[in-house]
Amino acid sequence: MNKSFTQTFTVSGNNFSDAGKISTEIKMILKQLGINSDIVRRVAIASYESEMNVVMYACKAKIVLDVDPEVIKIIVEDEGPGIPDIELTMKEGYSTATPEMRELGFGAGMGLPNIKKNSDEFTIKSDVGKGTRLEIIVYIN
Amino acid sequence: MKNSFRSIGIDKEKCNGCMACMRFCPTQAVRIQNNKAFLLEDLCIDCGECVRLCEYKAIVPLTNSFSEFSKFKYTIAIPSPVFYSQFGKDAKPAVLLAALKKIGFDDAFDVACPSEAVSIAIQEYLHTYNGPKPLISPFCPTILRLIQIRYPNLLDHIIPIESPMEIAAREAKRLKMKEFGLSKNEIGAIYITPCPSKMLSIKYPPRKKHSFLDGAIAISDIYSSALKVLSNITGNAETDEIHGLGLGWPIFGGQVSSLKAEDCLAIGGLNDCIRIFEEIENGRLKDIQYIECHSCPTACVGGSLTIENPYIARGKVLRMVERYGTQPCHDKKYIERLYDRKYFSLPGKLSPSPIEPLDKDISKAIQKLKQKQKILGLLPRLDCGICGAPTCASFADDVIKGMATADECIFLTIKKFETISGNLFQSAQKTSRKVRKRWERGNNEIE
Ligand SMILES: Nc1ncnc2c1ncn2[C@@H]1O[C@H](COP(=O)(O)OP(=O)(O)O)[C@@H](O)[C@H]1O
Ligand SMILES: [Mg+2]
Repeated sequence: MNKSFTQTFTVSGNNFSDAGKISTEIKMILKQLGINSDIVRRVAIASYESEMNVVMYACKAKIVLDVDPEVIKIIVEDEGPGIPDIELTMKEGYSTATPEMRELGFGAGMGLPNIKKNSDEFTIKSDVGKGTRLEIIVYIN
Repeated sequence: MKNSFRSIGIDKEKCNGCMACMRFCPTQAVRIQNNKAFLLEDLCIDCGECVRLCEYKAIVPLTNSFSEFSKFKYTIAIPSPVFYSQFGKDAKPAVLLAALKKIGFDDAFDVACPSEAVSIAIQEYLHTYNGPKPLISPFCPTILRLIQIRYPNLLDHIIPIESPMEIAAREAKRLKMKEFGLSKNEIGAIYITPCPSKMLSIKYPPRKKHSFLDGAIAISDIYSSALKVLSNITGNAETDEIHGLGLGWPIFGGQVSSLKAEDCLAIGGLNDCIRIFEEIENGRLKDIQYIECHSCPTACVGGSLTIENPYIARGKVLRMVERYGTQPCHDKKYIERLYDRKYFSLPGKLSPSPIEPLDKDISKAIQKLKQKQKILGLLPRLDCGICGAPTCASFADDVIKGMATADECIFLTIKKFETISGNLFQSAQKTSRKVRKRWERGNNEIE
């Protein structure tokens, strides 16, 4: 028997009105599983920031949540412009957000650093012109 | 402490199983079984929406009646400032307090002035605070319970300051003990409440063991007796007129506008509060200092135990604020000194009371969640409610938790119905043939 619970979500770029829906759903799943609230919060921040990056910078993405008794894994795979310089992009404060996005309170350049900070393992890969793939792992214990 | 008190109850005699409460309950805490509503108390947050909705008056607020306080030597009414907005548009707060004394309370104490003091205390708290932001107002018991159940992460955001009703009751008791040499237990402080949820915060006061209040009576329960005596109170009431920004507290935005602090928000209505809490949990809104949150969209004037239309009541409050609200009722410096002496502080912690997970063992919980998704996939997703649960999703939840069985879904049993109805139809046809023959025979004989 497969020990993990898996659910796939899709996000489309520019869809600001649905922004945050997926991280809300992920949180509901974790709360039903009785996951400790500190962990829920860390996953919430990481998934929300990745979801928002898709909305702001990519065309669309598939988000896969996988929870087994030990770890929570979230894979965000988008089709979009990709990231040319990952090291630069990971720096706190680095952002290419437009003034309009900043008006909405985004674009502090803290998204990726916060995703990394809130995960126990984090990998980011990108193909310029194709898309970006994040893998976020949070340990349950 | 996990509280097991709910401020509403269901009168099974009056309930006719119409499902209105089940459909509208914002936390899906109502089920219908054997044509009667019942409450899943762990999910209920005492919002009173069902009290408002039920046409059969089958959902009863568990507030007190006046006679329950006869054990006290001295009774003090502590009316929510909402009370001031329920009568004529020129009704004066002081006159309304006098009316409460006429209808049987030994005294009545205003809560608008303590509200102004609490505003000053909040302002002071914001000045020196550097914990997680934004801070959330603690005064709506339903919001507090929502956070305890669904957003335990946000408990640290709730401002640890005593509520105006508690401060009013504390002061009133202190004064009367001194004046009449009575002991604390001989004086009853009774809140006149716009909503049932205040009962919750009297029985299980946040961050402390005992409330200074001894119970609450619904505004709607004393309304008519207060109205009757109002015309007899002429000219000057015994008390001085009530002043201050606290008068605006019962309307949406009232707390924030009394605060004189930047970057504050007011949110009314459970859905919008939930959306904001989701955002805060996601790490947003850190530049906001303070959020005034109300379960009712129109704030306390829209409570389920009020009489006046909430928008008209709002208008009356605004008029009162215009007249009496510009002049403060407290010396700010004095209140600040009280604040420094921790007069407003609540040192205790708020404990979470999260919804039961599908299973305490995570491996089992994962399997149950998978099963639940599977069941949900089989259900019609019409949320028809015939099974007695508000949505297919909550029904799937009930099945997994052993509270319901899948065959209670009419669409899953439709196959059974087909065979049963086929049999029924055949036997009906047989009978009908017999009956017709008998009928024809009978007719012939008559002719
Ligand atoms: N999925 C993505 N696709 C393309 N570019 C991205 C993606 N995610 C992030 N970026 C780039 O990385 C920058 C930094 O992202 P982030 O740390 O989330 O901060 P912010 O979103 O505030 O700009 C963004 O401004 C953007 O240029
Ligand atoms: Mg970002």
